[in-house]
Amino acid sequence: MHPERRTFIRKRALIPAIYIIFLMLPIYWLVTMSFKTTNEILGGFTPWPVNFTLANYVKIFTDSTWYSGYINSLTFVIANTILSVVVALPAAYAFSRYRFLGDKHLFFWLLTNRMAPPAVFALPFLQLYSAVGLFDTPWAVALAHTLFNVPLAVWILEGFMSGVPKELDETAYVDGYPFWRFFLKIFIPTIAAGIGVACFFCFMFSWVELLLAKTLTSVAAKPIVATMTRTASTSGYELGLLAAAGTLTIVPGAFVIYFVRNYIAKGFALGRV
Amino acid sequence: MEGTSIIAWMAWTWPTAAFFAFIALCLIAMSVWEVYSPGGAPRHGILGLDTTRGDRLFISLLGSAFIFLAWLGLFGTPLWAPLGISLVYAFVVFRWV
Amino acid sequence: MYKQLNQKAWFLVAPVVALVAFNAIIPLMTVVNFSVQETFGDNVFFWAGVDWFEQVLHSSRFHDALLRQILFTAIILLIEVPLGLIVALAMPRKGPWVSVCLVTMALPLLIPWNVVGAMWNIFALPEIGLMGKGLRSLGFDFNYTRQPLTAWFTVVLMDVWHWTSLVVLLCYAGLVSIPNDYYQAAKIDGASAWSVFRYIQLPKLKRVLTIAILLRFMDSFMIYTEVVVLTGGGPGNSTTFLSIDLVKMALGQFDLGPAAAMSLIYFLIILLLSWLFYTVMTRNEAR
Repeated sequence: MHPERRTFIRKRALIPAIYIIFLMLPIYWLVTMSFKTTNEILGGFTPWPVNFTLANYVKIFTDSTWYSGYINSLTFVIANTILSVVVALPAAYAFSRYRFLGDKHLFFWLLTNRMAPPAVFALPFLQLYSAVGLFDTPWAVALAHTLFNVPLAVWILEGFMSGVPKELDETAYVDGYPFWRFFLKIFIPTIAAGIGVACFFCFMFSWVELLLAKTLTSVAAKPIVATMTRTASTSGYELGLLAAAGTLTIVPGAFVIYFVRNYIAKGFALGRV
Repeated sequence: MEGTSIIAWMAWTWPTAAFFAFIALCLIAMSVWEVYSPGGAPRHGILGLDTTRGDRLFISLLGSAFIFLAWLGLFGTPLWAPLGISLVYAFVVFRWV
Repeated sequence: MYKQLNQKAWFLVAPVVALVAFNAIIPLMTVVNFSVQETFGDNVFFWAGVDWFEQVLHSSRFHDALLRQILFTAIILLIEVPLGLIVALAMPRKGPWVSVCLVTMALPLLIPWNVVGAMWNIFALPEIGLMGKGLRSLGFDFNYTRQPLTAWFTVVLMDVWHWTSLVVLLCYAGLVSIPNDYYQAAKIDGASAWSVFRYIQLPKLKRVLTIAILLRFMDSFMIYTEVVVLTGGGPGNSTTFLSIDLVKMALGQFDLGPAAAMSLIYFLIILLLSWLFYTVMTRNEAR
């Protein structure tokens, strides 16, 4: 390689490098804050923790108002993920393999729910879930989040299923497999990667959503995101605690993201790039 | 809102019920039409879009909603004029788009 | 792929339809019902006709929120799309750095939205935040809790931080799908970096960019959580966007009628946008 070409490549690498530094700075600050004492935070500006402390994390793991928030969040997120993907699997198969009355419009209608602003649904959801007696349970949030997660799961899974050649289905039917045996024994293992990606995105979008989760719960099922915003608005200056709670919410994402790194872009394009 | 039946909290009125009944009837009519003449009569319309009957219905309804809103924002009630415009618009959409 | 006509496929989609209908249609019907009535609580409703729609369409509060929303969306599109494209073009195509870039860049997308707001709140605090303190020591009079302009600056910067990676990832996915032969041919012809971009990369990226722009348009049009946590819509009403205004009206003041009318107008705008999105996507697919 020519020397000029090499310096060109090095210069070019600067752009992603600077961009990544920009992305990491607020995260660095959040993590730093979580290891500081309240006195240090309010006392003045320190670029890194001078009195390093784990007290904020200890408080979160021992105080039930905090750790129950994580448990509540995980409960509805997992329930929602399972529900969304299980329901979406046969539907995605239907969309990828068959034509039927109104299929395109049905698909579009599902998509509009993915795009609808949760703010529009907040108030009627509050009344709907109160009327059916699910208010302040994890089930209310799990069901409400299917509004955008089911369409997303259908979309992603349909994208993956369309990549599976139709011959697979036809051979199985010729061999005398009934539909459900074929679907569960052959087809689902074939698109395991797609199911993983769909689960990941359902998990993530349910995990990051605040408005509906906060509206549909009050005490018993309060999710961690609501605990955080209420802490932030009422007691004001427990910033270290808030930072520690925030840091902990990043961990699952950072952990899972590594496994799906090759599918991230595809998933965010809703499986259609 | 506690203890009331599902119908009560939804606060139904006759006009809104009629509106949704109209939408439901449209969908049923489109399905019946599709059964008797399958394929949805696809064509490449004047906007450069490939549309079927269902698409044309959707474009008509969505466009009409915006016509009503625009009229209400610019001139206010009564709403007979936008109703007329919407019907003409729907006809145009079904004929040429 | 050729698809077989099979009406029994409806049984496979029925659960999805039932679930989404429960979540989407019942609330939407309720919103329509509320939007034409006046209530003073206790489930007593009075017919109000289209008064609420008229009121919302004529209220300066709605106009201001809508204008702020459009301005915000325009600004972040103008920053995020070119920036995302530049970063994607400069990213390595193979080697160990690809994974590092992808994972670190995707990280902001996967942080709960309120944590994004809280993080930027802490980051931008005038006296003790890294960014606030940094800007002030550089001589800027920065205080996002008091000044509308710096509040806007912080909100826009937060959104750029949060979502530019989506544009990067989409563009990157588009770029790696370009076969290497194209670049080889360009090299033999002695094409400049600009003409490679103009005649090889940009045409291939057209569709991906359309998707990125539309996704960012729609998502930024519904922005709520991050801004509420960061600024609460303030100072004053300077960062009160459509969703924030709507939630204030519906859940804060329980003005069911106006809130429902506003919801429907908002929903129709989003419906139009999603229809455009879907049409563009399926149209390109057909080619």
